[in-house]
Amino acid sequence: MPKQFEVTLAGFGGQGIMLAGQLLAYSGMAEGKQVTWVPSYGPEMRGGTAYCTVVISEGRIGAPIITQPQSVCVFNRPSLEKFGPMVKSGGLLFINSSLVDIASGRKDINEYLIPATDTAVKIGSVKFANMVMLGAYIHITSVVKFETILQIFLEKMGDKRQFLESNRIALEEGRKFVQ
Amino acid sequence: MAKKLMKGNEAIAEAAVCVGAINYFAYPITPQSEVAEYLARRLPEVGGVFIQAESEVAVGNMLFGAACSGKRVFTTSSSPGISLMQEAISYMAGAHLPVVIVNIMRGGPGLGGILPAQSDYFQAVKGGGHGDYRLIVLAPSSVQEAVDLTILAFQLADKYRAPVMMIGDGMIGQMMESVEFPAKYQDPPLPPKDWALGGARGRKPQVIKSLFLDPIALEKNNILLAEKYKVIRENEVRYELYKVNNKNRLLLFAYGMMARICQTAIDELETEGISVGLFRPISLFPFPEKEVYREVLKDNIERLLTVEMSMGQMVEDIERCSKGKKPLGFYGRTGGIVPMTEEVKGAVKKELGLVK
Repeated sequence: MPKQFEVTLAGFGGQGIMLAGQLLAYSGMAEGKQVTWVPSYGPEMRGGTAYCTVVISEGRIGAPIITQPQSVCVFNRPSLEKFGPMVKSGGLLFINSSLVDIASGRKDINEYLIPATDTAVKIGSVKFANMVMLGAYIHITSVVKFETILQIFLEKMGDKRQFLESNRIALEEGRKFVQ
Repeated sequence: MAKKLMKGNEAIAEAAVCVGAINYFAYPITPQSEVAEYLARRLPEVGGVFIQAESEVAVGNMLFGAACSGKRVFTTSSSPGISLMQEAISYMAGAHLPVVIVNIMRGGPGLGGILPAQSDYFQAVKGGGHGDYRLIVLAPSSVQEAVDLTILAFQLADKYRAPVMMIGDGMIGQMMESVEFPAKYQDPPLPPKDWALGGARGRKPQVIKSLFLDPIALEKNNILLAEKYKVIRENEVRYELYKVNNKNRLLLFAYGMMARICQTAIDELETEGISVGLFRPISLFPFPEKEVYREVLKDNIERLLTVEMSMGQMVEDIERCSKGKKPLGFYGRTGGIVPMTEEVKGAVKKELGLVK
């Protein structure tokens, strides 16, 4: 089977979960890979849960929704409770330790505690937490290049280009936690 | 043209614009509202028309009226909305009008839910409205294929002067994948629209209708429709085989997004030494009848299994086409629950007697 990366990003509405997933998908596509991005959708309200699954593959992608993803990034505690048990054995779990004070308790996966929200606040806004997390995830998996995601940010978020530098720092800070 | 990352709903909208279908009538409903959202911005850019109707009943009749002009017209909706359009769909079939209808299906019956389903197969394929008519029905399993089949739908509608329906589940509407549109779209040769109504100056008046009170005339229209469907059955069958070979013990049948999940299940079963192939109908009408039978007959195939996001609808067509030659099983989930890879693998193993 072709090499494939699967990641579910989960948190509450407003944490930039969907956007982080889309930036990842755009980046994978820019690097010539097949990608899918599937959002949760349902009768959700502001502050409710939000999650998306991104698959990046060197070949044709079958199922775009995955029961046991290789990687999961959780931004709040309800997401850890829901998705922590689903990480594939041997897989990766990234926990936003600023908002989640427990770990998964699993011994069969690699767990990374990333203080994404606190780090984002230090950089200037809580909104950078998604990029801090992506920095850690991308460093560990090498799923896409850092330059690609910054390039994509510039292309897709042109009207927010003044935040490019902060986002770059957020990615870098995220990477430092797992180096 | 460069590849774009788009939601299925947006990609369907752009594909319609691509073929010059810029007359759109709709009423918002989850999970397809992004089509209307996209077109509300896009159509004014290309001089098109988007009318948000007061209901889906009105949408159906706006389509009927606008299609008489010979311009390309279409709508998109989701299950309950499509139900409301059935009267007009029957009328348009009876009146030989080219129109494209997209159903991004959600769970039913009734108001049901808003999550993905494939439970409108019967409605689409067997005729949701009254009378002796069929729709050409196409079912994409990727965002790119949603684009390709939207384009094809408009061509087939014009070629056969018939309503064409594309059905996808809510997931294909919501998910993003990379897509490519034709850089410079050109229609294949299509018959002239000399039937269209645009004022009778310089020609004899003509009428487009589905009312024929004279039984001889009405039967004649039904025979005309039946002859058209015969030609469609001969020429427009589309399907795809995945990992079908002479090692397969079981043949899976699935369409749309469900087929994608079956592909992953097949890949994973392969690593466990269990060989399974997939038959994916792309045209649900015309159904690949002969092709299904041909594959079912192969000596190595012990059993058949249909997987759907329904309680079992396409399985009746597989049963009909396989003519009882091999035992046929079914696995399905509903209510917006999508059968996952592990469930499909489990169903295959159970069917083969490898697990209880």
